[in-house]
Amino acid sequence: MSEPEQPPKASAEETHGSEAPQGPRVGSGEQAQSDEAAGGGADGDLPVRLGQERLNAPVVRTGMFGIHGTPDTSGFGLLRVHRAPLLDSPRPYGSYFDVVADALGRALQADGLGFSDAIEHVVVDRGELTFYVRRERLPQVATKLRDDPELRFELCTGVSGVHYPEEVGRELHAVYHMLSITHNRRVRLEVSVPDADPHVPSLVGVYPTCNWHERETWDFFGIIFDGHPSLTRIEMPDDWKGHPQRKDYPLGGIPVEYRGARIPPPEDRRHYS
Amino acid sequence: MSSSTPHAATGATDAEAAEGRVYTAGGEDWDEIVAAAQSEDFESGERMVINMGPQHPSTHGVLRLVLTLEGETVAEVRPAIGYLHTGIEKNMEYRTWTQGVTFCTRADYLMPIFNETAYCLAVERLLGIEDKVPERAQIIRVLLMEINRISSHLGGIAPMGLELGATTIYTQGARWRERTLDLLELITGLRMNHAFIRPGGVSQDLPPGALDAIRAFLDSSQPLVRRLHALIDANPIFVGRNKGIAYLDLQGCMALGVTGPILRATGLPWDLRKAQPYCGYETYDFEVPTVDTCDAYGRYLLRMNEIDESMKIMGQCVDRLAARGAGGPEKDPVMIRDAKIGWPAALSLGPDGLGPSPEHIAHIMGQSMEALIHHFKIITEGFRVPAGQAYAAIESPRGELGAHVVSDGDTRPYRVHLRDPSFTHLQSVAAMCEGGMVADLIPAIASLDPVMGGVDR
Repeated sequence: MSEPEQPPKASAEETHGSEAPQGPRVGSGEQAQSDEAAGGGADGDLPVRLGQERLNAPVVRTGMFGIHGTPDTSGFGLLRVHRAPLLDSPRPYGSYFDVVADALGRALQADGLGFSDAIEHVVVDRGELTFYVRRERLPQVATKLRDDPELRFELCTGVSGVHYPEEVGRELHAVYHMLSITHNRRVRLEVSVPDADPHVPSLVGVYPTCNWHERETWDFFGIIFDGHPSLTRIEMPDDWKGHPQRKDYPLGGIPVEYRGARIPPPEDRRHYS
Repeated sequence: MSSSTPHAATGATDAEAAEGRVYTAGGEDWDEIVAAAQSEDFESGERMVINMGPQHPSTHGVLRLVLTLEGETVAEVRPAIGYLHTGIEKNMEYRTWTQGVTFCTRADYLMPIFNETAYCLAVERLLGIEDKVPERAQIIRVLLMEINRISSHLGGIAPMGLELGATTIYTQGARWRERTLDLLELITGLRMNHAFIRPGGVSQDLPPGALDAIRAFLDSSQPLVRRLHALIDANPIFVGRNKGIAYLDLQGCMALGVTGPILRATGLPWDLRKAQPYCGYETYDFEVPTVDTCDAYGRYLLRMNEIDESMKIMGQCVDRLAARGAGGPEKDPVMIRDAKIGWPAALSLGPDGLGPSPEHIAHIMGQSMEALIHHFKIITEGFRVPAGQAYAAIESPRGELGAHVVSDGDTRPYRVHLRDPSFTHLQSVAAMCEGGMVADLIPAIASLDPVMGGVDR
């Protein structure tokens, strides 16, 4: 009954959500190029151009209804679903996001840093602002967010991790959510690091509340927070092997009997996706 | 040092050499430790390291505190957690989006409705259906959250008394709390672990008689409020044990990420229901109570005042629901009108428990093949959620409860993280208690009102 968890080979290039797409990112340069084409060409090119853009986008899924590598006679097995990756969101971001980005840019400039020296890219999605921060600049950005009068993100609601094994070279993400009580704003910081070098500078010095949150993220994902006062396991026993929230760590579990039927553990059950 | 009793044993000689003398006390057998503490070689000023917990009645569950004591003064306190880690977040990655509700509701088991709502709000933001959730469902969510807030606050206040030895405070509080649980049971079918709030709405409409039961609760609660105030507010022992204890000011709260009643007890009226409203809270008339004592007693008073405000909101919910009249899937639904997301069947109680209504069964089994296919698909596979991430935060009884939900476009969550206030607040125990008396540790932790189910998840 068990079905392989791994995605089919064809969809190995699939990306996850608002994360930076791997492979050639359709960056702002290409975007500008296509804008030029649109400006110069007739409007009649638009559907063609849009169609081509969609075909260039990464494949998120092949087949339907959970067809994984089996010969399929329905025809749906060859279905390829593309999804445009979330790119650098273009200005203006809307809401208070422009104000925050400008203020952060100014604050960083005071330290002689350009905005893009610290921030890889900015994503505005579903009414939430995300700064993808270069990891070596994380404490600096966090300090600016906390101290600058125009930013004043006094409260860090902690860090959590996300593991994207398909994103080669940036498998582990640490995600911080900041809250400004002064201005009633929220912002998300995201740092991505390779699995082979999972080091992120600790924010305990900036936001002491990150202490336990960083321990938890180390415990569950194996992200090492450099400079943490005592980075030890917090939820799992001290001698536990592995980091359980990673995607390559099995859920585990044992089959159970229920009303005479044997129910396999969740990861061995048939699933329909 | 040799052991003569079966209960007390000396530690290993290695440990003795490395860390000092080690004693293990079981039951009430403290004779050997007392003797050692009174002996001459126990120099004054020597520190004693004591494990409080993980099994200790006043720690709200399996919380272990590693105390370093100088006499009766706490020199150092380190909370150790993880004894109740159940892998809720990991498990949610293996179930459909709707099934995820049944897991997250078990995280902080004293505020299940809030866990469900935070998760569902995040899923709804990912789906882009925040505006399409029916108003009736939003009113029911607010109603349930406020009932749950009262039961959670009483679950915090009552043990505050119990842990100081005041069983009457506990029994009075627990008696009142029982009535809130009766309401939750009447509406959702369960006293806890409700799984009632679902992405897109709530699982069912209110049962007949629910509004009357809530009105009766609100009417009869006033004497209970007065009785609890009269019992506790000026109680010299309670006041003496709580006033000025567990001090944490605004600066400390900000640094340690502390929110909720502890933050409002520093005088800052920060409440997400007002600041960043959700579920239509901006349309309700209520106040955000504050006190400025920064101590355990202030947090008690604040929780009592918040119970009053919750009852005000409940009254408004009841009025609104009464004005809307009877609901129904067509007239006034409680689940989103989107067949690709909403649960297909209206639920009804049959002889074998809760299940799809007989009309729905007749429809899919006898009338429409397409409806049967749709039913099968949405119940086994669930719905897909567009890729992306969302963070939804709500004002839980304990503070900011956030759900960080990531989707990769699949029918199951890619990652769910609950930012639980209890987890964050337990960090502040050291800031509150170091330098104080060991006896003050108990009211300090009680005033934080941590729930280990939420801490460890």
